Amino acid sequence: MKITEREVRYVADLANLALTDDEVRKFQHDLDEILAHMDRLNEIQTSGVEPMTQVLYEAGETATLRPDRERPGIGSELALANAPLASHGYFKVPEVIKR
Amino acid sequence: MDIPSLTINAVREGLQSHRFSAVELAAEALRHAREENSKTNAYLHFSDERALASARRVDEKLARGEDPGLLAGVPVAIKDVIVTKGVRTTCGSRLLADYVPPYDATAVIRLEQAGAVMIGKTNCDEFAMGSSNENSAFGPVRNPHAPDRVPGGSSGGSAAAVAQGTAVVALGSDTGGSVRQPASFCGVVGVTPTYGRVSRYGLTAFASSLDHIGPLARNVRDAAQVLRAIAGRDVLDSTSAEAPVPDYAAQLDGDVKSMKLGLPREYLKDLTSETGDLISKGIETLKKMGCAVREISLPTTDYAIGCYYIIATAEASSNLARYDGVRYTFRSRSSETLSDMYRKTRGEGFGAECKRRIMLGTYVLSAGYYDAYYLKAQKVRTLIARDFSNAFSQVDAIVAPVSPFPAFKIGEKIDDPMAMYLSDIYTITGDLAGIPCMSVPCGKTAEGLPVGMQILAKHFDEARMFRLADAFERSGGASN
Repeated sequence: MKITEREVRYVADLANLALTDDEVRKFQHDLDEILAHMDRLNEIQTSGVEPMTQVLYEAGETATLRPDRERPGIGSELALANAPLASHGYFKVPEVIKR
Repeated sequence: MDIPSLTINAVREGLQSHRFSAVELAAEALRHAREENSKTNAYLHFSDERALASARRVDEKLARGEDPGLLAGVPVAIKDVIVTKGVRTTCGSRLLADYVPPYDATAVIRLEQAGAVMIGKTNCDEFAMGSSNENSAFGPVRNPHAPDRVPGGSSGGSAAAVAQGTAVVALGSDTGGSVRQPASFCGVVGVTPTYGRVSRYGLTAFASSLDHIGPLARNVRDAAQVLRAIAGRDVLDSTSAEAPVPDYAAQLDGDVKSMKLGLPREYLKDLTSETGDLISKGIETLKKMGCAVREISLPTTDYAIGCYYIIATAEASSNLARYDGVRYTFRSRSSETLSDMYRKTRGEGFGAECKRRIMLGTYVLSAGYYDAYYLKAQKVRTLIARDFSNAFSQVDAIVAPVSPFPAFKIGEKIDDPMAMYLSDIYTITGDLAGIPCMSVPCGKTAEGLPVGMQILAKHFDEARMFRLADAFERSGGASN
């Protein structure tokens, strides 16, 4: 067993996912199987190998930069248009701490 | 106007000879797509107003004698993970069922600047996570060749639309094979360009170091034309490359004699017998065309699935953190505190596959596991990329299968996530290395199921890749 139910609940907490008990059991089984496959990576020798964080190309120093030119934003009306709840220019959310 | 048989050139020819106007074509495309949609569920929504407005602009330009653009009047379908201003974009998720983006993806802007007419948004696996289009919150897509089978994923809707003939071309996205595999399952051409070739601005992020936007079409020339229209540096995507964009279609001169092709021995092990047969026939065609085919080795292949699913899920867990009920439409109704809202919104909103990947990603990045999984996977990624650059010092291009098997039945693999992941074995490596790769039709099984052949090339060598694919297509593929 690579991952316990407790670890599944812990990871779900880290990821801010509310899971039902059935989901916890199902995901424990799935993650177990998948992590077992991933353990294969231990078979391969990687000492001295640099990690590859992204695909990189030869380019000039400033190739990824753009001119620092001001342009208008989308404005708060558009920005709030998809909000589940908004008012007075703010996204409204439930209280952070229960009083 | 027989929409299913149209190509980009045929549309242009039809417009210039006044057989139809762009508006007439757009209206007919919309009508036809709606009529056919119940067979496949390829489209999630149609964008009539926008399509007709684009079409009107094309007709006006033609009337004034101006150049209406490379893709003038061409009906195109856009995968629903790509944002379109004012047109609902759901990413196949309950979380974004009502989301209307306030901006357009660069690829969409460029298509429309070239005169293309967007007729609708296509169904896909939720947040592009899946290989069968069964993970959509809005129902699965059915393969037009066999309605009880999957079209492939995650760009199943785009592949089905092109295969059905409701759009002339489509845009999809590919992170681990999501353009090539559905193209293979649906018998159309699907292209994953070099990483950075096409701007990712407006592509809803799944795994940022692996995501690509790519075209699907019924022939190689059309796919090449679409790529030309959307490729090129975009200041809004700092990972987009400066490299010049060639006129890919102009370079389809059929000159492939003495092209050296490599066939990776590790990719031939797990094919079903019919897939193996068709790929072998495809190789014979390539040889008859004058190519020299030799066996090569990509030794790190066995570790590619582990490597991919660590990196992709890690990046996904970060990219999907933004769906928290604050800004993007969906929020759980039963939350009392902020933290409650986050957890319940995500718990209720995400489908099982997204949750599975978010958890995997969170796990491999968590303290105590980061080195063993994520860092290790990044080193293995270097080895996979190295396998390809070594291969390309010996051969000009690599040919391979796309999938170990053709389209499977709906429901067949949905309960076995590991089996589903393993089916990505031949497509994920291209994404890990960032090289251009594509699927081109290579015949059908006895049951009539399409099988695609994959071509992979060096970074920014799409011209050579297209030249080979185009010559292969014109030689009849596996039915030569």
